[in-house]
Amino acid sequence: MEKPLTQHIKPNEPPMSLNEYEKVGGYKAMQRALKELQPKDVLKIISDSNLRGRGGAGFPTGMKWSFVPMGDNAPKEKYLVCNADEMEPGTFKDRLLLEGNPHQLIEGMIIAAFAIQANKGYIFLRWAYKTAAELILKSIAEAYNAGYLGKNILGTSYSFDLYLHTSVGRYMCGEETGLLNALEGKRATPRAKPPFPQVSGLFGKPTIVNNVETLSFVPHIVNNGAEWFKKLSLTGEGGTKIYGVSGKVKNPNTWELPLGTTMREIIFEHAGGMRDGLKLKGILPGGASTDFLTEEHLDVNMDFTSVGKVGSRLGTGTLIILDDKTCPVGMLHNLEHFFAQESCGWCTPCRDGLPWVEKILLSIEEGDGRMEDLDLLAYHSKELGPGRTFCALAPGAVEPLQSSLKYFREDYEMHIKNKRCPWR
Amino acid sequence: MLKTEEQKELEEELKLVPYKKAATIEALKVVQKHRGWVSDEGIKDIAEFLEITPDEVDGVATFYNMVFRREVGRHVILLCDSVSCYILGYRKIQEEINKKLKINFGETTSDGRFTMLPIPCLGTCDHAPALMIDNDLHRDLDSDKIDSILEAYK
Repeated sequence: MEKPLTQHIKPNEPPMSLNEYEKVGGYKAMQRALKELQPKDVLKIISDSNLRGRGGAGFPTGMKWSFVPMGDNAPKEKYLVCNADEMEPGTFKDRLLLEGNPHQLIEGMIIAAFAIQANKGYIFLRWAYKTAAELILKSIAEAYNAGYLGKNILGTSYSFDLYLHTSVGRYMCGEETGLLNALEGKRATPRAKPPFPQVSGLFGKPTIVNNVETLSFVPHIVNNGAEWFKKLSLTGEGGTKIYGVSGKVKNPNTWELPLGTTMREIIFEHAGGMRDGLKLKGILPGGASTDFLTEEHLDVNMDFTSVGKVGSRLGTGTLIILDDKTCPVGMLHNLEHFFAQESCGWCTPCRDGLPWVEKILLSIEEGDGRMEDLDLLAYHSKELGPGRTFCALAPGAVEPLQSSLKYFREDYEMHIKNKRCPWR
Repeated sequence: MLKTEEQKELEEELKLVPYKKAATIEALKVVQKHRGWVSDEGIKDIAEFLEITPDEVDGVATFYNMVFRREVGRHVILLCDSVSCYILGYRKIQEEINKKLKINFGETTSDGRFTMLPIPCLGTCDHAPALMIDNDLHRDLDSDKIDSILEAYK
């Protein structure tokens, strides 16, 4: 089984230096792109590969790049931003790539920036990733010394400068336009779209924001071609995926597996199944902002389409497992506390609705709930859903809520009828 | 006024941004690095240097949870209270710290040694529960480990 992203990552060992990375074929794709290919050729390879964004939304990467104005009349300043904020609770997959092989990401960024003809790039890094920050700075310095970053890379007319920006917190920074506001030194509130960042992004210039995992694929696709990439997956969507599992399983961790691997294989083979004495009760397949799935969905392939068909999202591909000894209402209260706290306050439904949801869940958890509260939670699931807010925070927040009302209704009702939490 | 050292660091940042205001977050980071937190005076110092109003600086400062607008202890304990750490029992860790240090979230020990804050996810969910003190990540916590972890921070 091919594992392009993690083939050179060894657990508990420092990542490869630039020299070591070059010895295993590193920066060859970048050399080929800059010397032999035109930006439109790179775009075509990526578009043909059907690579879809690995940050959570799954937007086709080639299509995103294709919206950037190109040619003599395009703005001279453009930006490429790597979203390495990874603030989604339960998500720890980009950390593996950032700490394990920063040169792979930098090479991917140079190629991506060349494809859209951006001359400046940022890695927007979550503040907590201190080790990654050190490694990225070291790797960027090595790349400058080798002449892979800076002016006239490899003697070509193309120049690209790359900077590391470490964040100062807040979930909103993971949202594309919130991230751009943060990079501009402002509050990370979302921006109205259109205009889309590809046309008017950072400092009003065309900007592409891509996830770490997405950009790390780019050198491999340029090296091996679109057809090779498509064949990596079990289903039609192309590529491998860094999956992760957290919760009370025997072996929580991350693994690079073919896209479309079933949840059963990920949870029971790779994560070793549930800890002794525990049963699986629910699954958040792709981070805190995805709909719950249950045991009946274990044979669903973990790709964008298949998870979508059963009413959830692949999201970040990091599964959070709810066991039968953990209270689902308590877990929901924890999740909605997070979303209420992280709401930026920009729009009313999110700013007012999420704290309300949090309070209702707390009262149910504490044994003070009423049956009508369940209708109120269902009402919020709809009113905070897609199309009513500037960004995806509130719609994401109600995904676990609406699905918990469907799958754990009896548990809610037991709290209300017995006036206490049955798990306490 | 910003200290000479702070000014020097900020001058470097200004080279990378198209206009001064865009360095607001970097300025807050610099001041916090040197002073431990960002006081009202720190806000005014930054505003003066970037030629914007103190309110503009404070609007940014109060948005971000890793900018401390209140004085913190010498060491800040950031205990993850997000979903994976909830399932793995962060509350027991919180209780243990509370028992040892007599502080809860948002509080500082009377000797100014520790402040404890909740933090939404440290991105190490496969090793939950987890906390961070200063720049050090501590993972796979259980109550028994807390004593020896705290011991290292004077």
